[in-house]
Amino acid sequence: MRAFFHRLVSLLRRRRLDDDLDAELRSHLEMATDRNLQKGMTPKDARRDALRELGGGSGLGGVDRIKETYRRQRGLPMIETALEDLRFGFRMLRRSPGFSLLAVLCLTLGIGGNVAVLSWIEGILFRPFPAVVGQERLLALGGTARGTPGSDDLSWPDFVDFQRSCRLVELIEDKIMGTTLSIGDRAERASGSIVSPNYFDALGIRPVLGRGFSPDEGSGRNAHPVTVISYSTWKERFRGDPAILGKTQVLNGLPFTIVGVAPAGFYGTFVGYSMQFWVPTSMLERFDAGGYKLEDRGARWIEGFAKLKAGATREQAQEEIAAVAKRLEAAYPETNRGRGVELLPLWKTPFNKASELLPTLGITLAVVSLVLLIACANVSNLLLVRSLARQREITVRLAVGCGRGRLLKQLLTEGLLLSALAAAGGLAVAYACRNVLVMFFPASSGIALNLSGELDWRVLTASAGVCLLSTLLFGLFPATQSSKVDLAAALKAETGGVIGGDGGRGSGRARVRAGLILVQVSLSFVLLVGAGLLVRSVQEMRTASPGFSTEDVLTTGLDLFSAGYAPQRAKEFQDRLVDRVRAIGGVESVALARVRPFSYLPYSSAPIAVDGYRAAPDEQPTVEYNEVGPDYFATLRIPLVSGRELARADDETAPLVAVVNETMAARYWKGEDPVGKRVQVKGRWMQVVGVARQAKYGTFLETPKPFFYVPLRQSFSLRAVLHIRTAQAPGTIATALAREIHALDASLAPQEVITLREHLDRSTAPQRIAVALLSLFGGLALLLAAVGLYGVMSYAVSQRRRELGLRLALGASAADLLRLVMSYGLALTGGGVVLGAAAALATTRLLGYILYRVSPRDPLAFGSAFAVMAIASLAACLVPAWRAPRIDPVRALRD
Amino acid sequence: MTSSKAEVLPGTLDLLVLKTLDVMGPMHGFGIAQRIQQVSEELLQLNQGTLYPALLRLEQRGWIASQWGVSENNRKAKYYSLTRAGRRQLQEEVASWERMSAAINRLLRTS
Repeated sequence: MRAFFHRLVSLLRRRRLDDDLDAELRSHLEMATDRNLQKGMTPKDARRDALRELGGGSGLGGVDRIKETYRRQRGLPMIETALEDLRFGFRMLRRSPGFSLLAVLCLTLGIGGNVAVLSWIEGILFRPFPAVVGQERLLALGGTARGTPGSDDLSWPDFVDFQRSCRLVELIEDKIMGTTLSIGDRAERASGSIVSPNYFDALGIRPVLGRGFSPDEGSGRNAHPVTVISYSTWKERFRGDPAILGKTQVLNGLPFTIVGVAPAGFYGTFVGYSMQFWVPTSMLERFDAGGYKLEDRGARWIEGFAKLKAGATREQAQEEIAAVAKRLEAAYPETNRGRGVELLPLWKTPFNKASELLPTLGITLAVVSLVLLIACANVSNLLLVRSLARQREITVRLAVGCGRGRLLKQLLTEGLLLSALAAAGGLAVAYACRNVLVMFFPASSGIALNLSGELDWRVLTASAGVCLLSTLLFGLFPATQSSKVDLAAALKAETGGVIGGDGGRGSGRARVRAGLILVQVSLSFVLLVGAGLLVRSVQEMRTASPGFSTEDVLTTGLDLFSAGYAPQRAKEFQDRLVDRVRAIGGVESVALARVRPFSYLPYSSAPIAVDGYRAAPDEQPTVEYNEVGPDYFATLRIPLVSGRELARADDETAPLVAVVNETMAARYWKGEDPVGKRVQVKGRWMQVVGVARQAKYGTFLETPKPFFYVPLRQSFSLRAVLHIRTAQAPGTIATALAREIHALDASLAPQEVITLREHLDRSTAPQRIAVALLSLFGGLALLLAAVGLYGVMSYAVSQRRRELGLRLALGASAADLLRLVMSYGLALTGGGVVLGAAAALATTRLLGYILYRVSPRDPLAFGSAFAVMAIASLAACLVPAWRAPRIDPVRALRD
Repeated sequence: MTSSKAEVLPGTLDLLVLKTLDVMGPMHGFGIAQRIQQVSEELLQLNQGTLYPALLRLEQRGWIASQWGVSENNRKAKYYSLTRAGRRQLQEEVASWERMSAAINRLLRTS
C-alpha cells in the first residue's frame, strides 16, 4: 500500500524525479572517474571505465537501461502506459483531422441521441420530481374496477379511510384544476391543484415563505380559502413582493388568502404541467363544476400518490391497501362493489403525461440504439480503412518488438478517445435537447408545460456505459485485425481480389467491411420503414374521420362556473348566446356540450341498468356519457342510425331522454332497436330517443366502446364548450363572438377559438413526437449508411485500380466497368435491404400501440423505404463507379 | 564460468545494502557499491546497474530514506540511511539468511 502510494506520487512528479535520477547517476560517474584518476588512468579512460562499470559493459546505452528499469520500478506501469497511449492517441487523431472529425461526429450523433433519450426517460418517467424528498418512494394511486382494465380515480371518503387505515404508506392527493387568475384588471387562465393538507409536508417541500396547509384545512365545506402560490407566480405576477403573505388572490370569484410560496424548482406533481397555485381539499366545490363531492363515496375524482414509509416495499403496501379496500367493499356495497386500489411505480402513473409518452419514449430509445449501432458500424469501417493506411507504422512497431497485447491496448485507447470526445459532445447535445419535448405540445392558454430531461448521476453513469460499449463495438474488431498483421505478407504489396468477384478471393478485411455495410443498410432500412409507418399513421389521423366532422367546426370554452353564475342565470345566458351566435353571418349551426371530444377533461360516467339485460354477478355496467345541447349531432355531423336528435324541448321540465351509440345498443339490447326502451342512469330512468353512429371519443387508438348522450339541460353544467359550424375563419368568428359575449356580460373573458381539427391535432402530440424523432433519426441513419457505402465503394475502386486498368487495356468498355462497380454496390445494398426487411417485418409490430389504421406490414411504408434506400445507394455508388472507367490504364499498370 | 568472481545472488542485494548502511551510517550509491566490493575482497561482482533500482525499491518500502548532501570531495550526492523499519527488516533478513545458509551447509556436508 505504501509502495503504491509512493509510486502514485512519483507518477505525478515524473519530470522532477527524472532530473533527480540524472543528477544521482552523474554524481556516481564523477566519483568513479575521480577514483580512476587517482589510480592513474588518463581522464578519457577514467570516464570510460566508470561508464562501463555502471552500465554493465555497454556504455551509455547501459545507463539508459538503468534509467528505464528505474522508471519502471518507480511508477505504475499500467497507468503510465495508458497515459502514453492517450498522448499518442491524441497525436494520431490530430494527424488526420478529417477522419477524427467524421468519426467523432458519427459517434456524437449516436451517443448524444442515447443520452438525450435516457435523460428524458429519467426526467419524465422515473424521477420526474427532483424537488421532492424521497421521490423514489412515491407510488401512483389508481382505483380499479373488477372486470375493467386500467385505473381510474378514488372518492374522498375512500381516500380518507385508506389514509386512516394504512400503516405502510402516506397518501397524498393531487388533482389538477383550471381556473381564472385575476390580478387587478388582468384575467388569465391558470392551472393549479387541489391537494390534501399533508401535501407539502409529505413531499418534503418547504415553502420559501409562509407555510403549507395545516391538517384542519382539508375538511369543512368551503371553510378554508387559503392558497400556496408557485415561485414563478410570486416572482412574475406579484413581482416578488416580500409582504405577499396574508394578501388575497381571487380564484373563481372567491378571495383566497396567500399563506405560502413554494420553492423555486417545484412545479407540482403532475408530470407535464407546471402548477401556479395549490388549494386544500376543503375548497373543492369552488373549482369543480360537478358540485360538492367530499361526502360522496360514489364520486371518484381523486388522483394522487402513496409515499412508502421507510422499510416498506410496494408489495407489502399493496397487500395492506387491498385488504382495506376489501373491508370498504363489504361496508359500502352500493358504491364500492368490485372496487380496488393499485399502487403503481411512477412511470406507470395512469393520469398524466408520463403514461401518454411511455410508448413513444420506449420506441425512441430503440431507435437511438439502432442509430448508435449504425454509427458504430460506420466508425468501425473508417477505422478499418485507416488501419490500412497505418499498416506501415503498425508493421514497424511489431517488428521492433512491440507486443500484440500492447498494440491492441493502444488501438483501443484511440477508440476510447474518440468515443470520450463524442460522449462529451453527446452530453452537450442532450443538455441542449432537454426541453425539446415541450415544443411538440402546443401552448394553450393557462397551461404552463414542463417536460424536461434530467441529467443526473444515473444518466451520466449510463452514458459512460454507452460510451465504453460503443468503443468495444466499433473498436475491437479493427484493432484485432490491425494487430494481426502478417509481417511477411505486409512487405509484399496488397494483392487485391476482383470487384464483384467471388468473396473468397477478397481479403478478409474487405469482407468485413462489406458485412458492416450490410448491417448499416439493414438497420437504416428498419428505421426508414418505422418512420414511414408512423408518417402514414399520422396522415391517417389527419385525414381519418373520428366519427364526427372536424371540418368547418370551431370550438371555444364557456366557463360560467368560474364567473360565479347561478345555474338559472347560466341557462338563460347560454340560450341567449347560442341564439346570438347562430345569427352571426356564415354560421350554420351552434351546439353546446360539456366536454369536447379528445380532451383531457374526462367524460361523466355512471353505472347503468337496462330492462332485460342481466349483468354478470361481479359486473357493474358503467358507461361514459356526454351532456350535450340541442343540435349537437347536426353540428358535429354525427349520423343518427335511428330515432331523433336532442332538442331544446328536452329540458328540465320534460321527461328524461338519452341517445345511445351503436355499440351500447348492440351490447345491452342485443341488436334490437333501443328507441323507445329505457335505461337507468344513476338511479334515474331515461327514455332512449335515438341511436348515434359509433365515433371516437378520447383518442384515435381506442376500440369502439359504449357511449351515450344526455341533454345538457337535464344534467346541467356551468362549464361548457361551444361548437360552431361555419366556413368562416376562426379569427373572424372570434371577433364576432367576443362582441356577442361582451354584449351579454362585459365581465366575461372569451376563450381561445380553435378549429376542432386543431384541437384533435393537439391531442396527438405523442404520435407526432415519435414521427419527428423517427424521421430525424431515420434520415440520419440513411445518411450514415450512404456515407459508409460511398466510402467502401471509393476505396474498393482505388484499391482495384490495377485490375480495372488491366480490364480497360484488354478492351473492356467504360460501360462494362461502370456496370461492374455499380453491380457490386447494389448487391451490397440489396443484401442489406433483404436483411432489413426481414428485421422490420419482425419488429414493427412493436409500433402497434401507436399506429392508427396502418398495418405494421404496410406495403406502402416498405415500398417507400425501399425506394429511398435505392436512391441513396445509387447516389453513393455513382461517383466511385463513374470514376472507375476514367482510370488511366497505362499509369494504373505502371504504379 | 572461468572467473573466480561470483555474481551477487539474486535477492541478496537488499540484504547487502541494508547491512552496509547499518555498519557505515548514511552513504551515497557509489560509496555503497565500493564498500560491497571492498568488503567482499572483490569476490562479489556487483552489477552497479541493478543498485539504483534496488535503492528505489528499499526506499519505496520505507526501509531506507534519502537526502541530498555533499560528498567528502565536495560533490553533490544523494545519501541513503537506514530507517527504524529498515533496521527491523535487516534483523529479519540476517536471521533468515543464517537459517538458510546453515541448512544448505548441512546438506552439503552430508553428501
